[in-house]
Amino acid sequence: METNSILETIQMISEEKLDIRTITMGISLFDCIDSDGEKARQKIYNKLMTKAKNLVKVANQIESEYGIPIVNKRISVTPISLIAAASDDKDYVAYAKTMDQAAKDLGVDLIGGFSALVQKGYQSGDVKLIQSIPQALTETSRVCGSVNVGSTRSGINLDAIGQMGQVVKDLAKVDPVNCMSLVIFANAVEDNPFMAGAFHGVGEADCVINVGISGPGVVKSALEHVKGQPIDVVSETIKKTTFKVTRMGQFVGDLASKALDVPFGIVDLSLAPTPNEGDSVAEILEEIGLESVGAPGTTAALALLNDAVKKGGVMACEHVGGLSGAFIPVSEDAEMIRAVNAGNLNIEKLEAMTAVCSVGLDMIAIPGDTTAETISGMIADEAAIGVINNKTTAVRIIPATGKKVGDEVEFGGLFGRAPVMAVNTNSPAAFIHRGGRIPAPIHSFKN
Amino acid sequence: MKAILTVLGHDQVGIVAKVSTKLAELDVNIIDISQTLMQENFTMMMMVTWDDATKFDTIKDGLNELGQATGLDIHIQREEIFDAIQKL
Repeated sequence: METNSILETIQMISEEKLDIRTITMGISLFDCIDSDGEKARQKIYNKLMTKAKNLVKVANQIESEYGIPIVNKRISVTPISLIAAASDDKDYVAYAKTMDQAAKDLGVDLIGGFSALVQKGYQSGDVKLIQSIPQALTETSRVCGSVNVGSTRSGINLDAIGQMGQVVKDLAKVDPVNCMSLVIFANAVEDNPFMAGAFHGVGEADCVINVGISGPGVVKSALEHVKGQPIDVVSETIKKTTFKVTRMGQFVGDLASKALDVPFGIVDLSLAPTPNEGDSVAEILEEIGLESVGAPGTTAALALLNDAVKKGGVMACEHVGGLSGAFIPVSEDAEMIRAVNAGNLNIEKLEAMTAVCSVGLDMIAIPGDTTAETISGMIADEAAIGVINNKTTAVRIIPATGKKVGDEVEFGGLFGRAPVMAVNTNSPAAFIHRGGRIPAPIHSFKN
Repeated sequence: MKAILTVLGHDQVGIVAKVSTKLAELDVNIIDISQTLMQENFTMMMMVTWDDATKFDTIKDGLNELGQATGLDIHIQREEIFDAIQKL
């Protein structure tokens, strides 16, 4: 019996908050398409209830027998804009309600896929889906939506970006908290297990299990033992630690896949923080040597972290996918919140950080009077970073209606609270109103 | 099924006896034991086995009861998790 290894593992789980952030079952809805919307929704409900019948039970069993917390059980489905397009429905709110009902009945935490892919243009279903987003996400509690507005191969759809700025505003008008269920992507991935951006891509199998891990506390704790040593040692330490963390993801995914008799898709190597103390990506950056996240050097430290996480994780897992990097959602990371409140971290620095980590401007509250065009401008900047750098970027910002810089928005639970951050108030309206499509970058022509 | 049992808490007379008795009642076999005192804290690890794979919850509940009665922190986890993380 190797007592040291056992103690180390127990410590990782109990003190350093290592857990499985999510087991996400991806389910294709292509066989639910029907020209009669009512019938399509019935088929969707039945398929979700059949395929995911044992998801929560199996996850709870794994949690109990192996002592690994599995924080969320989730489902992702084929983008509804593709599934509903064959029907004559005028809007797709009813589809979101069907998804919500199935999620409630199954006991899963979230269901993603109220989504549209419009990086190059709109088909009829995309138009209706995007128009339905504010009502759909307001009248449901577990449904998440996403819209892909750009890709390295297709360029950036400026019309869609213009529209999404207004959608975010409309969604915030009812309740700013609803905005946490909507992500606007460039280069969206098809096997992402994390919400709000998860959807089940068109090239995926009928049903798969994807796993997302969470382990910033473990990495931070490992780095505490190499204080003052060269940065190479930091990189090696992160690699070794994330190897162990992601092995856990592979192990749990294997177990779930066998118990559910569903193929195992991927492990997403992202280190997802939570608002709990000691479960923060910002604290890792500070442990590397920054007085506060946001200091000059933050982008470099994050780039090293992101790269070392991937290098450590790739060998630990059979298939790696999803977003796989470091997440920097402000509201979900206690140290990020502190840095914002202390004036050490602003949106411009966060934007620079998104060029080297796994996603984008995530869970950031902005003043309620920010215009739709300014939000579109922020989306366009993020999309450009993603499209030019061949990576996924995303925007999940929350216009805090009636609030100003320094106020706070409370999301609760895993999603934390977000201090309202200042946004540059110079208008990009004339740029956004030009519309059209920014052409694909020159380096996308690889054939 | 093979599992690792960990017992943590303030040292007191009869911890090993109480845990072993409970395991015997539950028809669980002990194949390895390691125990130590760190300051006042008692730390014990046991590797245990039993045949009926469906009994995990019963054994866990039994040990939880003992944990509550004695004020000890008793955890049981299937062994494979430790190998998965620590070994290639």
